[in-house]
Amino acid sequence: MTPEEFKNLGEAHRKKREKFDHVINVCTAAACVSLQSEKVKDELTKQVKEQGKKDTCRVSGTGCLGLCASGPLVTVNKDQALYGGVKPEDASDIVKNIEKKPVKRLQIPTDMPFFARQTKIALEHCGKTDPEVLNDYLALEGYEALFNCLTTMEPIEVIDTMVKSGLRGRGGGGYPVGLKWSTVQKSVGTRKYVICNADEGDPGAFMDRSMLESDPHSIIEGMAIAGYAVGASHGYVYIRGEYPLAIKRLKAAIKQAERQNLLGKNICGTPFSFDLEIRLGAGAFVCGEETALIASIEGRRGAPRPRPPYPAQYGLWGYPTLINNVETFANVSAIIRKGADYYASIGTERSKGTKVFALAGSINNTGLIEVPMGITLREVVYDIGGGIVGGKKFKAVQTGGPSGGCIPDEYLDMKVDYESLAQVGSIMGSGGMIVMDETSCMVDVAKYFMEFCRSESCGKCAPCRVGTAQMHNLLTLISQGKATMHDMELLEELCDVVRNTSLCGLGQTAANPVLSTIRFFRDEYLAHIKDRTCPAGVCTIEHKEEAVL
Amino acid sequence: MNDAARKDKRRKLVDSTMRRYGHSAYALIETLHSVQEAYGYLDDDNLRYVSEALQVPLSKIYGVATFYHFFTLKPQGEHTAVLCTGTACHIKGVPAILSAIKENFDIEAGETTEDNKLSLLTARCIGSCGLSPAMVLDGEIAGQVTPEIVVDRIGRMIKNDT
Repeated sequence: MTPEEFKNLGEAHRKKREKFDHVINVCTAAACVSLQSEKVKDELTKQVKEQGKKDTCRVSGTGCLGLCASGPLVTVNKDQALYGGVKPEDASDIVKNIEKKPVKRLQIPTDMPFFARQTKIALEHCGKTDPEVLNDYLALEGYEALFNCLTTMEPIEVIDTMVKSGLRGRGGGGYPVGLKWSTVQKSVGTRKYVICNADEGDPGAFMDRSMLESDPHSIIEGMAIAGYAVGASHGYVYIRGEYPLAIKRLKAAIKQAERQNLLGKNICGTPFSFDLEIRLGAGAFVCGEETALIASIEGRRGAPRPRPPYPAQYGLWGYPTLINNVETFANVSAIIRKGADYYASIGTERSKGTKVFALAGSINNTGLIEVPMGITLREVVYDIGGGIVGGKKFKAVQTGGPSGGCIPDEYLDMKVDYESLAQVGSIMGSGGMIVMDETSCMVDVAKYFMEFCRSESCGKCAPCRVGTAQMHNLLTLISQGKATMHDMELLEELCDVVRNTSLCGLGQTAANPVLSTIRFFRDEYLAHIKDRTCPAGVCTIEHKEEAVL
Repeated sequence: MNDAARKDKRRKLVDSTMRRYGHSAYALIETLHSVQEAYGYLDDDNLRYVSEALQVPLSKIYGVATFYHFFTLKPQGEHTAVLCTGTACHIKGVPAILSAIKENFDIEAGETTEDNKLSLLTARCIGSCGLSPAMVLDGEIAGQVTPEIVVDRIGRMIKNDT
């Protein structure tokens, strides 16, 4: 099929859908599925049939609607009504009332800040299309960006657009995407590869999973555009083995795209060929590091190697390789369609566009959000997040997972962008944002992350292998009330050594949670050491003997 | 390789994976995924078989199999309970759940009970942070659990087939 024919196909599909007076969308992303949303969907379909509304009302599955805390979620006619906590037995009422007023007892107001304050670009299609239906994606200008690139733009123009958009890598590092693409494009190699890093390892982060489950075609499209821009004809998606639903949907989407020649040889009659394969990760956090990820795709232990040479020059099997994460690729097609200027108009001076966050922890509205860069943490926590559960006192917000830090309340009015977060000792990270209240102990949190790094360290370099284990020992002593001030000094010294001498990002950032909690919550550490008490009442302190200082 | 193994249907799944990647050593991790999917764990026989088929030394395969957490070299019990230990779950009380399980069923994370009824595993994060603390009991996600709920549900899960 030619691009023109695809456009017509999408248009025809849209018209066919518009014939229905009512549309009921049921969220079928993992969080809602685990709350039996599939059963709700079946029951709704059944009720539509039984109540004789088959010709006027359509029931369809859809991607993540965002407010995971209130699942299973159901929307009726776009914005007419949003229902939460829907059970199969509610289906009858929903269908009955479809022409009338919404069912009050299930309704969630859609004008609440959780929805109103978001700007959706990467999540543009989430909740609007059925992730398992290619035509749904085509109906919303799907693959048009790819056609535009292939038929009207030179690779260098595509790269220029990315440079102008100001998009930075959304995996955590924040490296300018345009620059990375142009490096790979300039690298000489008989073959080149594009890799999508979907090995979302941070505990408390589920953005990539939701995007792959909700809108797999936009990732495929983004990767194909990247392939065209850098001159690669083969791509890999390295995805966590722990995400069965995302794997299933992505596999299905790749098959659909191949069947329609949106992937494969001579895409839609153009000279450009691009094919895509999935590689399953096997639960190693370090494989999020690009050289370790490459080792894993090559079938080896996921141990990183020193850089340079960077994968852009010497990557998969020695060929120039472009690695970006899921959210980065999800932004690509929107940037091409809407233009670099539009994207660059959102956000702050040095951090353009939007960022997707997975909001979790002690907060009322847990779920998936996309906000413009430069929004304050207070807006995210109190307006969008709806504040702390049970009216408890806010203590800290943790960003960046095991490589990030805990940000206390005096920085709540800080803008969220790469630089500001780095200034307070945290990082943007991939987008996990965990809110903690007064019942969380910061020493315990630091110990938790250090235990994570200790067990995830690949063991290749000594500073990380030995250092994380020793730091964990020290933190355990502190949390048990057995430590002295000398241990505290030793801990700070070790943080410095591990940070400066480790081989890869895992070790270099492993100390961040400790350093940031010491910086902002030093009194909590001192309470454990000097007073032998845990102010939050989390740690079990066995020996209450006099402190030896 | 004996006849019984040759006839093993599950082996065919493994073979087809290796064939798909042209018996290349690069396919090692994909092949191990297949073995675990078909057999439930990575047993010695299969590791030797894969080693021969892909021409990868057994030592290297053992290295890969033990490096990745997803792979297990021990058979699992009849029922599995996976406790999520992600950050959101941790701050909402995973340690208390772990100790309640230990008290009631006498196993630690990564162990299987002596009667082979229950395996307790932990996951880094199952991505259901909106439902924290979360568990996966025999493939089904249970959200917002408490130590009491967990002990009760695991108890019923084990009892159901006796």
